[in-house]
Amino acid sequence: MTETRRAARTGDDPLIRLRGVDKHFGDYHALRGLDLDIRAGEFFSLLGPSGCGKTTLLRVIAGFEDVSAGTVTLDGRDMHGVSANKRPTNMVFQSYAIFPHLSVEQNVGFGLRKLDGTKAEKAARVAEALEMVGLAGYGARAAHALSGGQRQRVALARALVLRPKVLLLDEPLSALDKKMREQMQVELIRLQRQVGITFILVTHDQEEALVMSDRIAVMFEGEIAQVAEAEALYRRPASRRVAEFIGVMNFLPARVSGDVVAVAGLGEMRIDALQSTAHADGDSVAGFRPETATLLFPGQEASDRVADGIVQEVVYYGDMTYYDVMLDGAETAVRISMRNVFGRPVLEIGTRTRLAWSPGAVTLFR
Amino acid sequence: MTQDSRRGLALVAPPLGYAVALLAGPLLAIFLFSFWTQDYLTIDRTPTLGNYREALSDPIYRTIMLRSLWISATVTIVTVILAFPVAYYVSFRIRPDRKSFWLFLITIPFWTSYLLRIFLWKVILGYNGVMNSGLIGLRIIDEPLTALLYNANAVIITLSHAFAPFAILPIFVALEKIDRALLEAGRDLGESAATTFLRVTLPLAMPGVVAALLIVFIPTVGDYVTPAQVGGSGGQMIANMIQTQFLGLNNAPMGATLAVIAMVLVTIISLATVWLARRLAGGRT
Repeated sequence: MTETRRAARTGDDPLIRLRGVDKHFGDYHALRGLDLDIRAGEFFSLLGPSGCGKTTLLRVIAGFEDVSAGTVTLDGRDMHGVSANKRPTNMVFQSYAIFPHLSVEQNVGFGLRKLDGTKAEKAARVAEALEMVGLAGYGARAAHALSGGQRQRVALARALVLRPKVLLLDEPLSALDKKMREQMQVELIRLQRQVGITFILVTHDQEEALVMSDRIAVMFEGEIAQVAEAEALYRRPASRRVAEFIGVMNFLPARVSGDVVAVAGLGEMRIDALQSTAHADGDSVAGFRPETATLLFPGQEASDRVADGIVQEVVYYGDMTYYDVMLDGAETAVRISMRNVFGRPVLEIGTRTRLAWSPGAVTLFR
Repeated sequence: MTQDSRRGLALVAPPLGYAVALLAGPLLAIFLFSFWTQDYLTIDRTPTLGNYREALSDPIYRTIMLRSLWISATVTIVTVILAFPVAYYVSFRIRPDRKSFWLFLITIPFWTSYLLRIFLWKVILGYNGVMNSGLIGLRIIDEPLTALLYNANAVIITLSHAFAPFAILPIFVALEKIDRALLEAGRDLGESAATTFLRVTLPLAMPGVVAALLIVFIPTVGDYVTPAQVGGSGGQMIANMIQTQFLGLNNAPMGATLAVIAMVLVTIISLATVWLARRLAGGRT
């Protein structure tokens, strides 16, 4: 299955192509000239804070909202004027939208009414879909007798039974508790691999997006800030805003002059040694992730560079300890995460310590 | 008796006393009367089913009873069919912050007494009324229509108008409760707007529709004042006959019998409606 997926992904044309998509709600500009390509067979996430337009974009693709300007092309077909019921997309709603007056079976079979096939064939498809989401034997249950997780599975089965080209998921896990959510993340990935359908997931949870997606589009205020694979997004954020939204990053003031960058607390380094999104001379900001630097044991040697500082705050998590360290020459503390490996003492507040870091893990932002 | 239950009993005593004295008592009296016989000026208290036999075999009673049910059923269906679009419009098309204003507008008919509204319908439907003079003025008819007032049609028109708010409100409440995402889900799963309405909106609105049916049907079967005012001789209903039995013919037992029969029929029809709706809606109503 992975093979066919890869083959599908290398196809020339994207399955979904958005060009200059604009959406106004009265005075409110929800989508601002979006361009986006989504490939067949990929697990794509739209990630952003609430109000960034990600759900609007999903609804535009589904056909629930018209675009104010721009084009939506789906599988080579212009979707202008094509209503939701005529599109090869199906949606898993945030509230799941399970029909309360129908049984599980009737819910899953709802969209099959208009399709060809005998009653027995349709019943078989419903049973197959229920089996796929782990609800075999639940067909006769009343919809209102289901738990949150089961409702979600019914919503999934109801959409997948129609074998859409694209499955749209609108924050499908936000209503579940943490354990259930993590379990469903894994199941959704497995399901997507199994059926090979393009999944587009809307989420505000960066961890969820990182765990599940092949590629992620980060959105702010109706615009796409960056589209990248999960690892690239985390390691090479295109802007400070993306870096702040995905995970934790320490920011230190920096100054660029020619080939050299001076970062408060870290010292000087050559600009080509670090990742940079800005080359202009002048004031800038440098950032690094908490796990890319290490506090050294007394007497331990560093493989690259070392900065000195004082421990200002200690947060103990069991397997991890978070330290806030004020580097000499810096005005704000940086956060460092350390694994509590056997034999390493937890440092106390006020201890002088040495920080081992590498320019290669530092990103310079505009 | 524990402290708690004594206190509870003390609390419900006034309404309980009220209910027993003014509802259960009279009902029991009606029920007893229906098994007695009027013997000129006295009442023969020997239990008998004679009244029931007479009520069910005499064509006049049967005609009036059936007419009552027929008029009431027509009123119910007309009212609910007209109320549904209004409720739908207010629930689906009106901005949320304006809905309560619309509901307020719907209650306007209640601002005048029912009797006044009946007289207004007389003015509208009468021989020289608004309707006739309007139609003559437009040269659609030459002579005033006499089919408008003092018959069953007039009763149907007047009652349908009077009961419209009672039908609109429960349907509106049922429509309000429908999660709008369900309608999008219907569209998303391939149904058009019309078929989504039939497969999603209508079944989910059924509890409200059934409530509206019962709320209109039950009181209109026994309505007295409307047929008395606009019904003429051909539009008289069972309540008029019961009144005649009690006061005009001085035959309280027969009046009581007709009342009991009317109650039994209304109960049967109401239960059948609920049962049918439950069957159609898959056990959710």
